[in-house]
Amino acid sequence: MGKSYRLYKIERKIIPYLFLTPNLLIFGIFVIIPALYGVIYSFTNFDGLSKMDFIGLKNYINILHDHLFWQSFLRTTIYAIVVVPLIYIGALGTALLLTQKIAFRGIFRAIIYWPTMVSFIVVGLIWKWIFGDSFGVLNYLIELMGYKPIPWLSNGFNANMTVVIASLWSRIGFYMVIFIAALESIPATYYEAAEIDGASSVQRFFKITLPLLKPTSLLIIILSLIDAFKAFPLILALTGGGPGRDTTYVVQHIYEFAFTKTKMGYASAMSIILFFVIAILTWLQFKAARGGEIS
Amino acid sequence: MKYRKNLKKLLVYLLLIIISGLFLIPVLWIVLSSLKTPTDLYKWPPSLFPKEITFVNFETAFKKGNFGVYFYNTTVVTILSTIITLIINTMAGYALAKYKFYGSNLILIGFLSTLMIPLEIIMIPIFIVIRTLGLYNSLWGIIIPPAATPTGVFLIRQYLLGVPDELLEAARIDGASEWRLFWNIIVPIAKPVISVLAIFSFMWRWNDFLWPLIVISDPQKYTIQLAISNFIGEFNVDWPSLIAMSVISMIPVLIVFLIFQKQLVKGIVTSGLKE
Repeated sequence: MGKSYRLYKIERKIIPYLFLTPNLLIFGIFVIIPALYGVIYSFTNFDGLSKMDFIGLKNYINILHDHLFWQSFLRTTIYAIVVVPLIYIGALGTALLLTQKIAFRGIFRAIIYWPTMVSFIVVGLIWKWIFGDSFGVLNYLIELMGYKPIPWLSNGFNANMTVVIASLWSRIGFYMVIFIAALESIPATYYEAAEIDGASSVQRFFKITLPLLKPTSLLIIILSLIDAFKAFPLILALTGGGPGRDTTYVVQHIYEFAFTKTKMGYASAMSIILFFVIAILTWLQFKAARGGEIS
Repeated sequence: MKYRKNLKKLLVYLLLIIISGLFLIPVLWIVLSSLKTPTDLYKWPPSLFPKEITFVNFETAFKKGNFGVYFYNTTVVTILSTIITLIINTMAGYALAKYKFYGSNLILIGFLSTLMIPLEIIMIPIFIVIRTLGLYNSLWGIIIPPAATPTGVFLIRQYLLGVPDELLEAARIDGASEWRLFWNIIVPIAKPVISVLAIFSFMWRWNDFLWPLIVISDPQKYTIQLAISNFIGEFNVDWPSLIAMSVISMIPVLIVFLIFQKQLVKGIVTSGLKE
Protein backbone atom coordinates (compact mmCIF):
# COMPACT_ATOMS: atom_id res chain seq x y z
CA MET A 1 0.00 0.00 0.00
CA GLY A 2 2.09 2.85 -1.27
CA LYS A 3 -0.58 5.48 -1.05
CA SER A 4 -1.75 7.22 2.04
CA TYR A 5 -5.41 6.87 2.95
CA ARG A 6 -5.99 10.61 2.43
CA LEU A 7 -4.68 10.54 -1.11
CA TYR A 8 -6.79 7.50 -1.80
CA LYS A 9 -9.92 9.28 -0.64
CA ILE A 10 -9.21 12.26 -2.82
CA GLU A 11 -8.63 10.01 -5.82
CA ARG A 12 -11.99 8.37 -5.30
CA LYS A 13 -13.70 11.75 -5.10
CA ILE A 14 -12.16 13.05 -8.28
CA ILE A 15 -12.07 9.97 -10.47
CA PRO A 16 -15.78 9.84 -11.42
CA TYR A 17 -15.51 13.37 -12.78
CA LEU A 18 -12.45 12.40 -14.78
CA PHE A 19 -14.32 9.40 -16.20
CA LEU A 20 -17.16 11.69 -17.22
CA THR A 21 -14.99 14.46 -18.68
CA PRO A 22 -14.79 13.30 -22.34
CA ASN A 23 -18.55 12.81 -22.58
CA LEU A 24 -19.28 16.04 -20.76
CA LEU A 25 -16.93 17.95 -23.05
CA ILE A 26 -18.46 16.53 -26.21
CA PHE A 27 -22.02 17.05 -25.02
CA GLY A 28 -21.11 20.54 -23.89
CA ILE A 29 -19.40 21.61 -27.09
CA PHE A 30 -21.58 19.77 -29.58
CA VAL A 31 -25.00 19.78 -27.94
CA ILE A 32 -25.42 22.30 -25.12
CA ILE A 33 -23.51 25.24 -26.62
CA PRO A 34 -25.07 24.77 -30.08
CA ALA A 35 -28.51 24.51 -28.50
CA LEU A 36 -28.00 27.83 -26.70
CA TYR A 37 -26.61 29.45 -29.84
CA GLY A 38 -29.56 28.11 -31.78
CA VAL A 39 -31.88 30.03 -29.47
CA ILE A 40 -29.78 33.20 -29.82
CA TYR A 41 -29.60 32.93 -33.63
CA SER A 42 -33.37 32.62 -33.78
CA PHE A 43 -33.62 36.25 -32.62
CA THR A 44 -31.20 37.54 -35.25
CA ASN A 45 -30.87 37.91 -39.00
CA PHE A 46 -27.65 35.83 -38.98
CA ASP A 47 -26.48 34.87 -42.49
CA GLY A 48 -23.77 32.42 -41.46
CA LEU A 49 -20.94 34.85 -42.01
CA SER A 50 -20.79 38.34 -40.60
CA LYS A 51 -24.24 39.82 -40.51
CA MET A 52 -25.94 39.30 -37.18
CA ASP A 53 -28.27 41.96 -35.80
CA PHE A 54 -30.80 41.33 -33.10
CA ILE A 55 -34.24 41.66 -34.57
CA GLY A 56 -36.30 40.52 -31.61
CA LEU A 57 -39.26 38.33 -32.41
CA LYS A 58 -39.33 39.28 -36.07
CA ASN A 59 -38.34 35.79 -37.30
CA TYR A 60 -41.11 34.19 -35.31
CA ILE A 61 -43.65 36.73 -36.48
CA ASN A 62 -42.57 36.15 -40.08
CA ILE A 63 -42.88 32.41 -39.65
CA LEU A 64 -46.51 32.84 -38.61
CA HIS A 65 -47.22 34.16 -42.11
CA ASP A 66 -44.81 31.85 -43.90
CA HIS A 67 -46.86 29.69 -46.25
CA LEU A 68 -43.94 27.54 -47.31
CA PHE A 69 -43.01 26.62 -43.75
CA TRP A 70 -46.52 25.70 -42.67
CA GLN A 71 -47.06 23.79 -45.89
CA SER A 72 -44.02 21.63 -45.19
CA PHE A 73 -45.05 21.36 -41.54
CA LEU A 74 -48.52 20.22 -42.58
CA ARG A 75 -47.05 17.74 -45.07
CA THR A 76 -44.87 16.30 -42.33
CA THR A 77 -47.87 16.02 -40.02
CA ILE A 78 -49.96 14.25 -42.65
CA TYR A 79 -47.05 11.93 -43.39
CA ALA A 80 -46.80 11.16 -39.65
CA ILE A 81 -50.53 10.55 -39.35
CA VAL A 82 -50.42 8.12 -42.27
CA VAL A 83 -47.16 6.35 -41.54
CA VAL A 84 -47.38 5.85 -37.76
CA PRO A 85 -50.56 3.71 -37.70
CA LEU A 86 -49.28 1.69 -40.66
CA ILE A 87 -45.96 1.04 -38.92
CA TYR A 88 -47.87 0.08 -35.78
CA ILE A 89 -50.15 -2.36 -37.59
CA GLY A 90 -47.30 -3.76 -39.70
CA ALA A 91 -44.99 -4.26 -36.73
CA LEU A 92 -47.66 -5.76 -34.48
CA GLY A 93 -49.03 -7.95 -37.26
CA THR A 94 -45.67 -9.42 -38.19
CA ALA A 95 -44.78 -9.81 -34.51
CA LEU A 96 -48.01 -11.76 -33.89
CA LEU A 97 -47.31 -14.03 -36.86
CA LEU A 98 -43.71 -14.58 -35.82
CA THR A 99 -44.36 -15.43 -32.17
CA GLN A 100 -46.34 -18.52 -33.20
CA LYS A 101 -44.72 -21.89 -33.27
CA ILE A 102 -43.72 -22.25 -36.89
CA ALA A 103 -40.75 -23.49 -38.84
CA PHE A 104 -38.13 -21.05 -40.19
CA ARG A 105 -39.29 -18.42 -37.69
CA GLY A 106 -35.76 -17.05 -37.30
CA ILE A 107 -35.30 -16.67 -41.05
CA PHE A 108 -38.61 -14.85 -41.48
CA ARG A 109 -37.70 -12.50 -38.61
CA ALA A 110 -34.26 -11.85 -40.10
CA ILE A 111 -35.71 -11.03 -43.52
CA ILE A 112 -38.14 -8.49 -42.11
CA TYR A 113 -35.55 -7.01 -39.76
CA TRP A 114 -32.73 -6.71 -42.28
CA PRO A 115 -33.97 -3.52 -44.08
CA THR A 116 -33.72 -1.57 -40.81
CA MET A 117 -29.96 -1.91 -41.10
CA VAL A 118 -29.80 -0.42 -44.58
CA SER A 119 -28.98 3.29 -44.48
CA PHE A 120 -31.78 5.74 -45.27
CA ILE A 121 -29.87 6.97 -48.31
CA VAL A 122 -29.59 3.48 -49.77
CA VAL A 123 -33.23 2.76 -48.89
CA GLY A 124 -34.15 5.85 -50.88
CA LEU A 125 -31.99 4.75 -53.78
CA ILE A 126 -33.38 1.21 -53.82
CA TRP A 127 -36.95 2.46 -54.00
CA LYS A 128 -36.17 5.14 -56.52
CA TRP A 129 -34.77 2.40 -58.74
CA ILE A 130 -38.04 0.51 -58.32
CA PHE A 131 -40.45 3.45 -58.59
CA GLY A 132 -38.67 5.32 -61.40
CA ASP A 133 -41.34 6.61 -63.78
CA SER A 134 -39.62 5.55 -66.98
CA PHE A 135 -36.97 3.12 -65.78
CA GLY A 136 -38.54 1.49 -62.72
CA VAL A 137 -39.35 -2.18 -62.71
CA LEU A 138 -42.70 -1.55 -61.02
CA ASN A 139 -44.13 0.33 -63.98
CA TYR A 140 -42.88 -2.44 -66.23
CA LEU A 141 -44.81 -5.00 -64.17
CA ILE A 142 -47.87 -2.76 -64.21
CA GLU A 143 -47.67 -2.54 -67.99
CA LEU A 144 -47.25 -6.31 -68.21
CA MET A 145 -50.55 -6.69 -66.39
CA GLY A 146 -52.13 -4.46 -69.00
CA TYR A 147 -52.46 -1.22 -67.05
CA LYS A 148 -51.11 2.23 -67.74
CA PRO A 149 -47.78 3.09 -66.07
CA ILE A 150 -48.20 5.27 -62.98
CA PRO A 151 -46.24 8.53 -62.61
CA TRP A 152 -44.85 7.59 -59.19
CA LEU A 153 -42.29 10.31 -58.74
CA SER A 154 -43.63 13.08 -60.97
CA ASN A 155 -47.02 13.25 -59.25
CA GLY A 156 -47.13 14.85 -55.80
CA PHE A 157 -49.61 12.48 -54.20
CA ASN A 158 -47.90 9.39 -55.58
CA ALA A 159 -44.48 10.66 -54.55
CA ASN A 160 -45.71 11.00 -50.97
CA MET A 161 -47.03 7.46 -51.21
CA THR A 162 -43.64 6.15 -52.31
CA VAL A 163 -42.10 7.88 -49.28
CA VAL A 164 -44.61 6.14 -47.02
CA ILE A 165 -43.93 2.74 -48.61
CA ALA A 166 -40.15 3.14 -48.34
CA SER A 167 -40.50 4.28 -44.71
CA LEU A 168 -42.62 1.26 -43.83
CA TRP A 169 -40.13 -1.06 -45.49
CA SER A 170 -37.22 0.43 -43.59
CA ARG A 171 -38.82 0.76 -40.13
CA ILE A 172 -41.30 -2.07 -39.52
CA GLY A 173 -38.63 -4.62 -38.60
CA PHE A 174 -37.22 -2.45 -35.83
CA TYR A 175 -40.55 -2.10 -34.07
CA MET A 176 -41.47 -5.69 -34.78
CA VAL A 177 -38.51 -6.80 -32.66
CA ILE A 178 -39.75 -4.70 -29.72
CA PHE A 179 -43.25 -6.12 -30.08
CA ILE A 180 -41.92 -9.68 -30.25
CA ALA A 181 -40.08 -9.20 -26.96
CA ALA A 182 -43.19 -7.78 -25.34
CA LEU A 183 -45.39 -10.59 -26.69
CA GLU A 184 -43.00 -13.25 -25.49
CA SER A 185 -43.06 -11.79 -21.99
CA ILE A 186 -46.82 -12.36 -21.64
CA PRO A 187 -47.24 -15.52 -19.52
CA ALA A 188 -48.72 -18.42 -21.49
CA THR A 189 -50.97 -19.27 -18.54
CA TYR A 190 -53.10 -16.21 -19.30
CA TYR A 191 -53.96 -17.62 -22.69
CA GLU A 192 -54.48 -21.14 -21.38
CA ALA A 193 -56.90 -19.89 -18.75
CA ALA A 194 -58.79 -17.86 -21.35
CA GLU A 195 -58.96 -20.84 -23.66
CA ILE A 196 -60.43 -23.02 -20.90
CA ASP A 197 -63.03 -20.32 -20.32
CA GLY A 198 -63.91 -20.61 -23.99
CA ALA A 199 -62.52 -17.30 -25.25
CA SER A 200 -62.05 -17.13 -29.02
CA SER A 201 -58.70 -16.08 -30.47
CA VAL A 202 -60.15 -12.67 -31.36
CA GLN A 203 -61.35 -12.23 -27.79
CA ARG A 204 -57.99 -13.32 -26.45
CA PHE A 205 -56.26 -10.74 -28.62
CA PHE A 206 -58.48 -7.84 -27.57
CA LYS A 207 -58.90 -8.84 -23.92
CA ILE A 208 -55.39 -10.07 -23.09
CA THR A 209 -52.77 -9.22 -25.69
CA LEU A 210 -53.69 -5.67 -26.56
CA PRO A 211 -54.19 -4.40 -22.97
CA LEU A 212 -50.90 -5.97 -21.86
CA LEU A 213 -49.10 -4.42 -24.82
CA LYS A 214 -50.29 -0.93 -23.95
CA PRO A 215 -46.97 0.43 -22.61
CA THR A 216 -45.07 -1.04 -25.57
CA SER A 217 -47.63 0.31 -28.00
CA LEU A 218 -47.32 3.77 -26.52
CA LEU A 219 -43.53 3.67 -26.77
CA ILE A 220 -43.63 2.52 -30.38
CA ILE A 221 -46.15 5.15 -31.41
CA ILE A 222 -44.07 7.93 -29.87
CA LEU A 223 -40.76 6.66 -31.28
CA SER A 224 -42.22 6.39 -34.77
CA LEU A 225 -43.79 9.85 -34.43
CA ILE A 226 -40.36 11.31 -33.59
CA ASP A 227 -38.92 9.43 -36.56
CA ALA A 228 -41.58 10.90 -38.82
CA PHE A 229 -40.90 14.48 -37.78
CA LYS A 230 -37.16 13.99 -38.35
CA ALA A 231 -37.61 12.34 -41.76
CA PHE A 232 -35.10 13.70 -44.26
CA PRO A 233 -32.30 11.50 -45.71
CA LEU A 234 -34.59 8.82 -47.13
CA ILE A 235 -36.71 11.45 -48.87
CA LEU A 236 -33.68 13.32 -50.13
CA ALA A 237 -32.48 10.21 -51.93
CA LEU A 238 -35.90 8.99 -53.07
CA THR A 239 -37.67 12.12 -54.30
CA GLY A 240 -35.26 14.96 -53.54
CA GLY A 241 -38.24 16.73 -51.97
CA GLY A 242 -40.09 16.89 -55.26
CA PRO A 243 -41.86 17.01 -57.57
CA GLY A 244 -41.76 20.75 -56.93
CA ARG A 245 -41.93 20.90 -53.15
CA ASP A 246 -44.49 18.13 -52.76
CA THR A 247 -42.36 15.91 -50.55
CA THR A 248 -40.29 18.63 -48.87
CA TYR A 249 -40.82 17.94 -45.19
CA VAL A 250 -39.87 20.16 -42.31
CA VAL A 251 -36.22 19.16 -41.76
CA GLN A 252 -35.36 19.52 -45.43
CA HIS A 253 -37.14 22.87 -45.48
CA ILE A 254 -35.03 24.09 -42.57
CA TYR A 255 -31.87 22.68 -44.14
CA GLU A 256 -32.51 24.51 -47.41
CA PHE A 257 -33.22 27.82 -45.70
CA ALA A 258 -30.09 27.51 -43.59
CA PHE A 259 -27.55 26.19 -46.05
CA THR A 260 -28.83 26.98 -49.55
CA LYS A 261 -30.43 30.35 -48.86
CA THR A 262 -28.12 31.08 -45.86
CA LYS A 263 -30.97 32.54 -43.84
CA MET A 264 -29.58 31.00 -40.69
CA GLY A 265 -31.35 33.23 -38.20
CA TYR A 266 -34.71 32.55 -39.77
CA ALA A 267 -34.00 28.82 -40.10
CA SER A 268 -32.97 28.74 -36.43
CA ALA A 269 -36.38 30.06 -35.44
CA MET A 270 -37.99 27.26 -37.48
CA SER A 271 -35.72 24.76 -35.71
CA ILE A 272 -36.94 26.01 -32.33
CA ILE A 273 -40.52 25.29 -33.36
CA LEU A 274 -39.54 21.78 -34.46
CA PHE A 275 -37.67 21.39 -31.18
CA PHE A 276 -40.85 21.86 -29.18
CA VAL A 277 -42.60 19.14 -31.18
CA ILE A 278 -39.74 16.67 -30.68
CA ALA A 279 -39.11 17.63 -27.04
CA ILE A 280 -42.72 17.01 -26.10
CA LEU A 281 -42.68 13.64 -27.87
CA THR A 282 -39.37 12.64 -26.23
CA TRP A 283 -40.70 13.60 -22.82
CA LEU A 284 -43.76 11.43 -23.46
CA GLN A 285 -41.40 8.65 -24.50
CA PHE A 286 -39.59 8.77 -21.14
CA LYS A 287 -42.91 8.64 -19.34
CA ALA A 288 -44.09 5.75 -21.50
CA ALA A 289 -40.85 3.83 -21.02
CA ARG A 290 -41.06 4.20 -17.25
CA GLY A 291 -44.58 2.82 -17.23
CA GLY A 292 -43.67 -0.05 -19.53
CA GLU A 293 -41.85 -3.28 -18.98
CA ILE A 294 -38.95 -2.13 -21.13
CA SER A 295 -36.32 -1.42 -18.53
CA MET B 1 -60.83 -29.46 -35.84
CA LYS B 2 -57.49 -30.78 -36.98
CA TYR B 3 -58.35 -29.84 -40.54
CA ARG B 4 -59.10 -26.27 -39.49
CA LYS B 5 -55.87 -26.03 -37.59
CA ASN B 6 -53.87 -27.17 -40.60
CA LEU B 7 -55.66 -24.72 -42.81
CA LYS B 8 -54.84 -21.93 -40.39
CA LYS B 9 -51.21 -22.92 -40.37
CA LEU B 10 -51.12 -22.97 -44.15
CA LEU B 11 -52.59 -19.46 -44.23
CA VAL B 12 -49.98 -18.20 -41.77
CA TYR B 13 -47.19 -19.60 -43.93
CA LEU B 14 -48.68 -18.14 -47.08
CA LEU B 15 -48.97 -14.74 -45.46
CA LEU B 16 -45.42 -14.91 -44.15
CA ILE B 17 -44.01 -15.89 -47.52
CA ILE B 18 -45.79 -12.97 -49.19
CA ILE B 19 -44.65 -10.51 -46.50
CA SER B 20 -41.05 -11.64 -46.49
CA GLY B 21 -41.12 -11.54 -50.28
CA LEU B 22 -42.07 -7.87 -50.08
CA PHE B 23 -39.19 -7.23 -47.69
CA LEU B 24 -36.66 -9.25 -49.62
CA ILE B 25 -37.39 -8.40 -53.24
CA PRO B 26 -36.24 -4.73 -53.21
CA VAL B 27 -32.78 -5.76 -52.00
CA LEU B 28 -32.63 -8.71 -54.39
CA TRP B 29 -33.59 -6.43 -57.25
CA ILE B 30 -30.81 -3.95 -56.52
CA VAL B 31 -28.26 -6.77 -56.19
CA LEU B 32 -29.39 -8.38 -59.45
CA SER B 33 -29.28 -4.99 -61.15
CA SER B 34 -25.75 -4.37 -59.94
CA LEU B 35 -24.60 -7.50 -61.77
CA LYS B 36 -25.89 -6.36 -65.17
CA THR B 37 -23.91 -4.56 -67.82
CA PRO B 38 -24.79 -0.85 -68.09
CA THR B 39 -26.58 -1.42 -71.42
CA ASP B 40 -28.49 -4.33 -69.92
CA LEU B 41 -29.34 -2.10 -66.93
CA TYR B 42 -30.93 0.63 -69.02
CA LYS B 43 -32.68 -1.74 -71.39
CA TRP B 44 -36.46 -1.50 -71.65
CA PRO B 45 -38.27 -3.76 -70.98
CA PRO B 46 -35.95 -4.76 -68.14
CA SER B 47 -34.94 -8.38 -67.80
CA LEU B 48 -35.34 -9.86 -64.34
CA PHE B 49 -32.01 -11.63 -64.33
CA PRO B 50 -28.71 -10.41 -65.77
CA LYS B 51 -27.97 -11.90 -69.19
CA GLU B 52 -24.45 -12.50 -68.04
CA ILE B 53 -23.13 -11.79 -64.59
CA THR B 54 -20.56 -9.02 -64.66
CA PHE B 55 -18.72 -6.91 -62.10
CA VAL B 56 -18.06 -4.11 -64.50
CA ASN B 57 -20.18 -1.62 -62.51
CA PHE B 58 -18.12 -2.23 -59.41
CA GLU B 59 -14.97 -1.66 -61.41
CA THR B 60 -16.21 1.65 -62.83
CA ALA B 61 -17.34 2.78 -59.39
CA PHE B 62 -13.87 2.22 -58.00
CA LYS B 63 -11.92 3.46 -61.01
CA LYS B 64 -13.94 6.32 -62.40
CA GLY B 65 -16.17 7.10 -59.48
CA ASN B 66 -13.55 7.55 -56.78
CA PHE B 67 -15.42 5.02 -54.69
CA GLY B 68 -12.23 3.71 -53.10
CA VAL B 69 -11.74 7.09 -51.41
CA TYR B 70 -15.29 7.14 -50.04
CA PHE B 71 -14.97 3.59 -48.83
CA TYR B 72 -11.69 4.40 -47.10
CA ASN B 73 -13.10 7.55 -45.47
CA THR B 74 -16.16 5.71 -44.22
CA THR B 75 -14.05 2.89 -42.80
CA VAL B 76 -11.70 5.26 -40.97
CA VAL B 77 -14.57 7.27 -39.53
CA THR B 78 -16.53 4.20 -38.46
CA ILE B 79 -13.62 2.45 -36.77
CA LEU B 80 -12.13 5.46 -34.98
CA SER B 81 -15.47 6.83 -33.87
CA THR B 82 -16.57 3.44 -32.57
CA ILE B 83 -13.36 2.98 -30.56
CA ILE B 84 -13.79 6.42 -29.00
CA THR B 85 -17.45 5.72 -28.30
CA LEU B 86 -16.63 2.47 -26.50
CA ILE B 87 -13.93 3.98 -24.31
CA ILE B 88 -15.61 7.19 -23.26
CA ASN B 89 -19.13 5.80 -22.92
CA THR B 90 -17.95 2.89 -20.81
CA MET B 91 -16.04 5.30 -18.57
CA ALA B 92 -19.06 7.55 -18.20
CA GLY B 93 -21.48 4.68 -17.66
CA TYR B 94 -19.19 3.22 -15.02
CA ALA B 95 -18.87 6.53 -13.17
CA LEU B 96 -22.64 6.94 -13.12
CA ALA B 97 -23.27 3.37 -12.00
CA LYS B 98 -20.63 2.75 -9.34
CA TYR B 99 -19.61 6.06 -7.72
CA LYS B 100 -21.51 8.26 -5.35
CA PHE B 101 -20.61 11.84 -6.08
CA TYR B 102 -22.05 15.29 -6.08
CA GLY B 103 -24.18 15.92 -9.16
CA SER B 104 -24.35 12.35 -10.44
CA ASN B 105 -28.11 12.38 -10.84
CA LEU B 106 -28.05 15.74 -12.52
CA ILE B 107 -25.42 14.54 -15.00
CA LEU B 108 -27.40 11.40 -15.81
CA ILE B 109 -30.56 13.41 -16.42
CA GLY B 110 -28.53 15.88 -18.44
CA PHE B 111 -27.14 13.12 -20.66
CA LEU B 112 -30.58 11.66 -21.28
CA SER B 113 -32.05 15.09 -21.94
CA THR B 114 -29.70 15.54 -24.88
CA LEU B 115 -31.92 12.98 -26.63
CA MET B 116 -34.44 15.81 -26.87
CA ILE B 117 -32.00 17.81 -28.99
CA PRO B 118 -31.35 15.67 -32.05
CA LEU B 119 -28.92 16.86 -34.68
CA GLU B 120 -31.81 17.83 -36.97
CA ILE B 121 -32.65 20.66 -34.55
CA ILE B 122 -29.16 22.12 -34.12
CA MET B 123 -27.72 21.69 -37.63
CA ILE B 124 -27.08 25.41 -37.94
CA PRO B 125 -25.19 26.15 -34.70
CA ILE B 126 -23.33 22.82 -35.05
CA PHE B 127 -22.12 23.96 -38.43
CA ILE B 128 -20.86 27.23 -36.89
CA VAL B 129 -19.17 25.41 -33.98
CA ILE B 130 -17.51 22.94 -36.36
CA ARG B 131 -16.27 25.79 -38.56
CA THR B 132 -15.01 27.79 -35.57
CA LEU B 133 -13.06 24.80 -34.25
CA GLY B 134 -11.46 24.24 -37.66
CA LEU B 135 -13.19 20.88 -38.04
CA TYR B 136 -15.02 21.81 -41.24
CA ASN B 137 -14.08 19.40 -44.03
CA SER B 138 -12.12 17.31 -41.55
CA LEU B 139 -12.95 13.68 -40.89
CA TRP B 140 -12.39 14.41 -37.17
CA GLY B 141 -15.53 16.51 -37.37
CA ILE B 142 -17.57 13.37 -38.00
CA ILE B 143 -15.49 11.14 -35.71
CA ILE B 144 -15.47 13.01 -32.41
CA PRO B 145 -18.83 14.80 -32.02
CA PRO B 146 -21.06 11.73 -32.57
CA ALA B 147 -18.86 9.54 -30.33
CA ALA B 148 -20.64 10.55 -27.13
CA THR B 149 -24.02 8.85 -27.23
CA PRO B 150 -26.56 9.15 -24.41
CA THR B 151 -27.91 5.73 -25.38
CA GLY B 152 -24.48 4.16 -24.96
CA VAL B 153 -23.85 5.73 -21.56
CA PHE B 154 -27.28 4.66 -20.37
CA LEU B 155 -26.92 1.11 -21.68
CA ILE B 156 -23.59 0.64 -19.89
CA ARG B 157 -24.78 2.26 -16.68
CA GLN B 158 -27.80 -0.03 -16.49
CA TYR B 159 -25.61 -3.06 -17.03
CA LEU B 160 -22.99 -2.08 -14.45
CA LEU B 161 -25.60 -1.33 -11.79
CA GLY B 162 -25.82 -5.09 -11.44
CA VAL B 163 -22.13 -5.49 -10.54
CA PRO B 164 -21.75 -6.05 -6.75
CA ASP B 165 -19.84 -3.30 -4.92
CA GLU B 166 -18.00 -5.93 -2.85
CA LEU B 167 -16.08 -7.00 -5.95
CA LEU B 168 -14.70 -3.49 -6.40
CA GLU B 169 -14.01 -3.01 -2.68
CA ALA B 170 -12.04 -6.24 -2.57
CA ALA B 171 -9.82 -5.04 -5.41
CA ARG B 172 -9.37 -1.66 -3.72
CA ILE B 173 -8.24 -3.35 -0.51
CA ASP B 174 -5.70 -5.23 -2.61
CA GLY B 175 -4.34 -1.83 -3.60
CA ALA B 176 -5.64 -1.48 -7.16
CA SER B 177 -5.90 2.10 -8.38
CA GLU B 178 -9.24 3.36 -9.67
CA TRP B 179 -7.88 3.43 -13.20
CA ARG B 180 -6.62 -0.16 -12.97
CA LEU B 181 -9.97 -1.16 -11.50
CA PHE B 182 -11.67 0.20 -14.56
CA TRP B 183 -9.50 -1.59 -17.09
CA ASN B 184 -8.90 -4.88 -15.25
CA ILE B 185 -12.29 -5.47 -13.66
CA ILE B 186 -15.01 -3.31 -15.17
CA VAL B 187 -14.11 -3.64 -18.85
CA PRO B 188 -13.96 -7.47 -18.79
CA ILE B 189 -17.24 -7.64 -16.85
CA ALA B 190 -18.96 -5.23 -19.21
CA LYS B 191 -17.79 -7.06 -22.33
CA PRO B 192 -21.27 -8.27 -23.38
CA VAL B 193 -22.80 -4.81 -23.20
CA ILE B 194 -19.74 -3.19 -24.76
CA SER B 195 -20.04 -5.53 -27.73
CA VAL B 196 -23.71 -4.60 -28.13
CA LEU B 197 -22.71 -0.94 -28.17
CA ALA B 198 -19.88 -1.70 -30.61
CA ILE B 199 -22.31 -3.27 -33.09
CA PHE B 200 -24.73 -0.38 -32.85
CA SER B 201 -22.02 2.25 -33.09
CA PHE B 202 -20.59 0.53 -36.15
CA MET B 203 -23.97 0.57 -37.82
CA TRP B 204 -24.78 4.16 -36.82
CA ARG B 205 -21.49 5.53 -38.07
CA TRP B 206 -21.37 3.46 -41.23
CA ASN B 207 -24.88 4.53 -42.24
CA ASP B 208 -24.65 8.09 -40.92
CA PHE B 209 -25.67 10.83 -43.28
CA LEU B 210 -26.53 14.00 -41.39
CA TRP B 211 -23.13 14.57 -39.72
CA PRO B 212 -21.21 14.18 -42.99
CA LEU B 213 -23.75 16.40 -44.73
CA ILE B 214 -23.10 19.25 -42.29
CA VAL B 215 -19.35 18.81 -41.80
CA ILE B 216 -18.07 17.72 -45.22
CA SER B 217 -18.21 19.49 -48.58
CA ASP B 218 -14.87 18.45 -50.08
CA PRO B 219 -15.46 15.45 -52.42
CA GLN B 220 -12.15 13.96 -51.31
CA LYS B 221 -13.62 13.65 -47.80
CA TYR B 222 -17.03 12.24 -48.77
CA THR B 223 -18.34 9.20 -46.97
CA ILE B 224 -20.26 6.61 -48.98
CA GLN B 225 -23.65 7.87 -47.87
CA LEU B 226 -22.80 11.47 -48.66
CA ALA B 227 -21.44 10.50 -52.07
CA ILE B 228 -24.53 8.46 -52.99
CA SER B 229 -26.91 11.20 -51.89
CA ASN B 230 -25.03 13.84 -53.85
CA PHE B 231 -24.81 11.77 -57.03
CA ILE B 232 -28.43 10.68 -56.96
CA GLY B 233 -29.50 14.33 -56.98
CA GLU B 234 -27.65 15.03 -60.22
CA PHE B 235 -29.51 15.61 -63.44
CA ASN B 236 -27.98 12.65 -65.24
CA VAL B 237 -27.95 9.95 -62.62
CA ASP B 238 -25.16 7.43 -63.18
CA TRP B 239 -27.24 4.45 -62.10
CA PRO B 240 -24.69 1.67 -62.80
CA SER B 241 -22.07 3.20 -60.48
CA LEU B 242 -24.61 4.27 -57.86
CA ILE B 243 -26.19 0.84 -57.66
CA ALA B 244 -22.78 -0.79 -57.37
CA MET B 245 -21.79 1.61 -54.55
CA SER B 246 -25.03 0.94 -52.69
CA VAL B 247 -24.57 -2.81 -52.90
CA ILE B 248 -21.00 -2.64 -51.60
CA SER B 249 -22.03 -0.24 -48.83
CA MET B 250 -24.53 -2.83 -47.56
CA ILE B 251 -22.00 -5.66 -47.30
CA PRO B 252 -20.19 -4.69 -44.04
CA VAL B 253 -23.52 -4.12 -42.33
CA LEU B 254 -24.83 -7.42 -43.67
CA ILE B 255 -21.82 -9.25 -42.22
CA VAL B 256 -22.33 -7.60 -38.83
CA PHE B 257 -26.01 -8.48 -39.03
CA LEU B 258 -25.41 -12.14 -39.82
CA ILE B 259 -22.83 -12.58 -37.06
CA PHE B 260 -24.39 -10.50 -34.30
CA GLN B 261 -28.12 -10.79 -34.93
CA LYS B 262 -28.83 -11.98 -31.38
CA GLN B 263 -26.93 -9.12 -29.72
CA LEU B 264 -28.61 -6.60 -31.99
CA VAL B 265 -32.06 -7.77 -31.03
CA LYS B 266 -31.08 -7.76 -27.36
CA GLY B 267 -29.77 -4.22 -27.67
CA ILE B 268 -32.99 -2.92 -29.18
CA VAL B 269 -35.15 -4.69 -26.66
CA THR B 270 -33.20 -3.60 -23.58
CA SER B 271 -32.80 0.02 -24.53
CA GLY B 272 -35.75 0.55 -26.86
CA LEU B 273 -33.80 3.59 -27.94
CA LYS B 274 -31.92 4.66 -30.95
CA GLU B 275 -28.94 6.90 -31.26
